[in-house]
Amino acid sequence: MKKRAEQVVAVSGRSRKPMVPWFFLAPSLIGVVVFYGLPFLDVVKRSFQDAMGTRYVGLDNYKAVLDNTAFRLAAANTLRFLLMCLPLLMLLSFGTALLLTAGAARRARRADSKGQGPYGILRTTLVLPMAIPAVSMVLVWKIFLCPEGVLNQWLSGVTGQEWQVDWAFSRWAFPILVITYLWKHMGYDMVLWLAGLQAVPGELYEAARIDGAGIWARLWYITLPELRGTFVLAGVLSVVNSFRVYREAYLLAGSYPDSSIYLLPHLFAHWFLSLDIQKMTAAAVLLTGALGVPAWGVWLLKRRKGGRQL
Amino acid sequence: MKKSLIKGEKGILLLLFGVCLLVWIPLLLMTAAALMPEDELCWRYLSPLGLGQAPVKAALLPSYPSAEALAELLLRSPGFFVMFWNSCIQVVPMVLGQLLVGAPAAWAFARFRFPGRKLLFAVYVILMVLPFQVTQVSSYLVLDRLGLLDSHLALIVPGIWAALPVFIMERSFEAIPETLLEAAYLDGAGEWGAFFHVGLPLGYPGIVTALLLSFIEGWNGLEQPLTYLKDKTLWPLSLYLPDIAADKGAVAFAAALVTCLLPVLVYLNCQEELEQGVAASGLKE
Repeated sequence: MKKRAEQVVAVSGRSRKPMVPWFFLAPSLIGVVVFYGLPFLDVVKRSFQDAMGTRYVGLDNYKAVLDNTAFRLAAANTLRFLLMCLPLLMLLSFGTALLLTAGAARRARRADSKGQGPYGILRTTLVLPMAIPAVSMVLVWKIFLCPEGVLNQWLSGVTGQEWQVDWAFSRWAFPILVITYLWKHMGYDMVLWLAGLQAVPGELYEAARIDGAGIWARLWYITLPELRGTFVLAGVLSVVNSFRVYREAYLLAGSYPDSSIYLLPHLFAHWFLSLDIQKMTAAAVLLTGALGVPAWGVWLLKRRKGGRQL
Repeated sequence: MKKSLIKGEKGILLLLFGVCLLVWIPLLLMTAAALMPEDELCWRYLSPLGLGQAPVKAALLPSYPSAEALAELLLRSPGFFVMFWNSCIQVVPMVLGQLLVGAPAAWAFARFRFPGRKLLFAVYVILMVLPFQVTQVSSYLVLDRLGLLDSHLALIVPGIWAALPVFIMERSFEAIPETLLEAAYLDGAGEWGAFFHVGLPLGYPGIVTALLLSFIEGWNGLEQPLTYLKDKTLWPLSLYLPDIAADKGAVAFAAALVTCLLPVLVYLNCQEELEQGVAASGLKE
């Protein structure tokens, strides 16, 4: 019995049977190596070769990608999209999470309240868009956005002029894409914030209140610092999701949309169709650097600050 | 004091219901249109359906509710049925595979300390943030070499080794208190016993969350089938609407509704686990 107990303590420190974790890990690791690891190395290799894969051409492919006007446009648009969406998404999802938490707390303080009242339905509703495929919503968006659609009718009514804008194909396509992104992804981030808010120890607020801190001071000095971990995760996942907005863009405006929403996925799709493997491999390596390295850095930083186990 | 609190709650509720309207109205528009007979669709939504040009007359309820379009879609559109089935064949094995392969890996990362763990987990985190377009070329080349292109396996196999499920399950396993595991070991459980009898039941919310997100993502997939499947008979449901023939315009809204029905039902069923699982993933150490 005693021997067992020692071994348990060892699990949180260092496993005594050093092979055990590898048995758990092997099925996943082998697949990751076969389907992502080795192919990625192959891509790195090809990115330095010519089209036939016989001759090394140095950085020519990278130069071709970086000089490519379509790449510059798509990269700039993608970056602009991220810079626009991330702060908005964070603010909106955090705001609704705060409202939900504050409302539920007020309700709980009331003597006659039972259960969670309307808050369950509100939460369900706000997360629901995440589950709805982009294809299902596109027709609904078209009801609003087509030249004879609701949006133009409203504008005609308000301004007294005739509006016939085809919104999805105009330069307004960019804000429209931002809105569809926010509509779809706000709920998930909100759940993240809700969980983070719930985990903030109540005593901190009590102590601050006794010290005379107002509602904004409590938000700034207690809530926000406590939610740093949530912030990092929400940010990382939102970047991942931002590439999926290609679905909405493609379904609303096709393969050749307004130049303001020509994003990196559009470009990859075109390169793929024209079998431009050289540019694709070089761009894939560049993007891996641009996305993976910051993610890794943020991850290490977060772990160091948290620091319980690592 | 008490009265002002209640008043405050009313304002909050009003604001939140306002936000919820932004979700409800589009969904109601879609459902109403799915239940409209063909002639009503013709005078309301000719233009969004791409069938002609007439002012849209949006409605949150159909004037003449009918299941005509749904019946046409479900009973007389074999193409739709095939694609629905394709989606199931492609998504369900992928999700099950993620459970089979991902859960033990997540357990290894969460409960063991071994050399190389940090580095390997960092690799998984990077893999998680890479969008499909980055891995597209490499996956295509591998699938080509293995002869899996233009088959259901082209969508299933790479999906099984996605990194996001491992990440979410790891967070959930890590939240399990060490004392529970000690108790299990003291009762004589081996490494597999601890995983099956403590890890899986207690990490359940994280597992459900990971699989739910994968299911939704797979069901919604557009880039993967467009890249890997040239054969249209293998296409999943998510490509039905983009590829719909003009003479089938009357069933488009019904197809939109049926397409989102399954993921919505799955989400509604797993909502509680989702909230717990997401909570575990976001907590700081």
